[in-house]
Amino acid sequence: MPVDPYVVPAVDGVAYGLLVFVAASGLVLCFGVAGILNLAHGTLFAIGGYTAAALLDGGWASLALALAVGVLAATAAGALVAVLLTRVAAAGHLTQALVTFGVALAGGSLLVAAFGPDDPPVRVPAALDGSVAVAGHRYAAYRLVFILVAAVLAGLLHLVVRRTRAGMLVRAAVDDAEMVATLGVSPAVVRFGVLAAAGALAGAAGVLGAPIIGPGPGTADAVLLLSLVVVVLGGLGSMTGTLLAALAVGQIQTLGVALVPSAAPFLLFAAMAVVLAVRARGLATARRAT
Amino acid sequence: MTPLLTAEAVTVRYGSLTALDGVDLRLPLGQRHALIGPNGAGKTTLLDVVAGATRPAAGRIRLGGYDVTGLGPAARARRGLGRIHQRPAVWGSLTARENVLVAALPRRAGRWQPAARRRAAGRTADALLDRVGLGDLAATPAGQFAHGQRRQLEIAVALAGRPRLLLLDEPAAGLSAAEVGWLAEFLRGLPRAVAVLLVEHRLDLVYALCDTVTVLRDGRTLATGSPAEIRASGPVREAYAEGVT
Amino acid sequence: MRDRAVRALRVAVAVAVLVGLVAAPWTVDDYTVALLARTLALGLVAVSVALLTGVAGLPTLGQTAPYAAGAYAGAVVGGQLSDVGPVHLLVAAGAGAALAVVALPLVLPARGVVLLMITLAVGELAVVLAGRWTSVTGGTDGLAGIAATRPLWGLPVLATDRARYLYTLVAVAALTGLVLLVLRGRVGLLLRAGRDDEARLRASGHRVAAHVAGVHVAAGAIAGAAGSLLVTAQQYVSPADFGFDTSALLLLGVVVGGTASVGGALVGAVLVVAARDWLFGALPGQAPLVLGLAFVVVAHLLPTARRTRRAGRGGSATPRPSEVRRPPAVTGVRA
Repeated sequence: MPVDPYVVPAVDGVAYGLLVFVAASGLVLCFGVAGILNLAHGTLFAIGGYTAAALLDGGWASLALALAVGVLAATAAGALVAVLLTRVAAAGHLTQALVTFGVALAGGSLLVAAFGPDDPPVRVPAALDGSVAVAGHRYAAYRLVFILVAAVLAGLLHLVVRRTRAGMLVRAAVDDAEMVATLGVSPAVVRFGVLAAAGALAGAAGVLGAPIIGPGPGTADAVLLLSLVVVVLGGLGSMTGTLLAALAVGQIQTLGVALVPSAAPFLLFAAMAVVLAVRARGLATARRAT
Repeated sequence: MTPLLTAEAVTVRYGSLTALDGVDLRLPLGQRHALIGPNGAGKTTLLDVVAGATRPAAGRIRLGGYDVTGLGPAARARRGLGRIHQRPAVWGSLTARENVLVAALPRRAGRWQPAARRRAAGRTADALLDRVGLGDLAATPAGQFAHGQRRQLEIAVALAGRPRLLLLDEPAAGLSAAEVGWLAEFLRGLPRAVAVLLVEHRLDLVYALCDTVTVLRDGRTLATGSPAEIRASGPVREAYAEGVT
Repeated sequence: MRDRAVRALRVAVAVAVLVGLVAAPWTVDDYTVALLARTLALGLVAVSVALLTGVAGLPTLGQTAPYAAGAYAGAVVGGQLSDVGPVHLLVAAGAGAALAVVALPLVLPARGVVLLMITLAVGELAVVLAGRWTSVTGGTDGLAGIAATRPLWGLPVLATDRARYLYTLVAVAALTGLVLLVLRGRVGLLLRAGRDDEARLRASGHRVAAHVAGVHVAAGAIAGAAGSLLVTAQQYVSPADFGFDTSALLLLGVVVGGTASVGGALVGAVLVVAARDWLFGALPGQAPLVLGLAFVVVAHLLPTARRTRRAGRGGSATPRPSEVRRPPAVTGVRA
């Protein structure tokens, strides 16, 4: 089988996978640290996407501006979710799901009201609006640059979680939430910080990823689903696992579709079933001890 | 005769911490056996291992001669293990009677139970509630019970499973003096067919109820003997005293 | 005090809604009757959600998956076998149960928010699948022109909106009654005990994993049957019937109905879905915004069940004493 026609989708898949990872990493934080399933996470991504569509005019300055505005807006939206959750924090998962879904629904409606019901076009910086030839193939320049930027983001995230005091608190909260409370850090503060940080990540992914997963009325749902699948595949709380799962999903969505178009709808489902079945067997052996 | 329970060289590690280090234990049928020792000695961990809640890194557990090391808590309960937790575990939204009923019901899923057997479970539940002194509160949700009442209910729940071996993890903790008196009386009144493995800090209770005592310290067995022997043993007293705070 | 007032209000509303449902075919127009029939099918899905979420303490956002499986199976397979409603119901319930069985390895070890995530992912993927598997499902265009159903062998086909509505009402009432009946006995006792304290139930010798698997499959079958009722009611089915918003709406209905109450879930879902339909007619532009705010407000106002199952990996239900380190939490970030 000639490999050649599949190189371009494979590289696209890397860009796609890294984008999904940056989007999903916020969900991992919310879920892993605060035990919150934030159903508005896709909406935070969409905020970034719409900001990019509205502000990008082909210049670098507009990209910087869009990134700043998009991250700020999505962070604020994440903080709003945290505030709304404060009063119902003790009430459990169902109430959290209702609140965050309410925010997603209302937020989506506001975005459509502000930007219209159609998918707006996104203009990338003129310097990247073309393709470059590498080793005999032509790639969209923006995607190549995006791969670099997203890889840097992923590396930064790893460093923050591993090396900083905030990251240490995050890891401590995961191990033992009560212990962190005894350190004098209130769970409300942790929740606020985590949801705002997740908002920032989703906003950044939304702005930078707008040329790949563009803004539109269906974006929030699609991103939430992809992030969920990736988080579940990645082992529910493992950043490294999430990254690997995101890269795999990226390949499935691009290379998989190019290779076996007819099976495309089933590939995601099958991947999830296989990985989870394998993991479930691991869990089952662990559970025999109980 | 095959002992009811044997633990052979049980070792449990949590990361770098060794909670139990090659502990042996042997309970003949009907024995009243106490585990004592300072905090952190591994007493509750040993109960967890016997109950199947913690999987040992090494060692075997036999129940009635049968190796149950690979079985979970449910399978061990079906082989005659009952347990009282340090903090009474009851089903809060169920009434007291329903609590006992759940434990008295046949425990195999999906098997058709004739009405007679279900009625028998109901009678068992009523009798047990009367025995622990909760007969008048049968219709009260267990979530409304005070600590002492939860303890009484938990004992009824444990007995409803018709255990051959009852694991008691500090049953007197948090009880008033009157309640401790009731508890001691009740445990003394248990039929001899029920063996008891008791973890308890209150040595008066231990010496009054048990015929064998094992002293644990730092995850190892320090001594096993009759209450009189343990009381007389100097090093044991010392080890125990320094750990009690 | 507030709890008691809420309970009294719930009972009054439930009676009013049930009376309204029975009287509806003779009091409102055909279009509304058709809408209500679809709403009733969703009410039955809500029953399955309440069974899992409220009774068994296994929160779910994925019951749209067996609902969709039942709808398509009832329409495609059932339609080829027979035109009799109960046959469609059986096929659909089987499909819903089969989907639940397939998902079992994923949901069995999960509890709490992890279970919410996994069920949501499964539900959403199922809908994506329904949208893309064009050859069977008709894709996003949906399956139209589904043949009319006979309520029983030898009876005439359901030709009017009123007839389809009454068929749906009878089926939903019968299945909900069956669920309530089963829950009154041993099954309900064991499920509620597992919700309260799973480790204690295991320590009493009960096979908790079997209970959890059983309730998942039963809920799948109920949701599947509801799918068949949807197809019968609207004679059309498309992925839009099973969207993410449907899951959330059902959860809202279940919470409004009192979470642990199966009958309440039916009434709550009917109310919430009817309110949604009315809202989209009255304020076409702002409906999602108002609905979203309603979610937030309801979540703040209503007491919800705080009890969901804890991940029952540790066998001991008590907080471990200081001498034992806690096992790592089930949720968590590992770098």
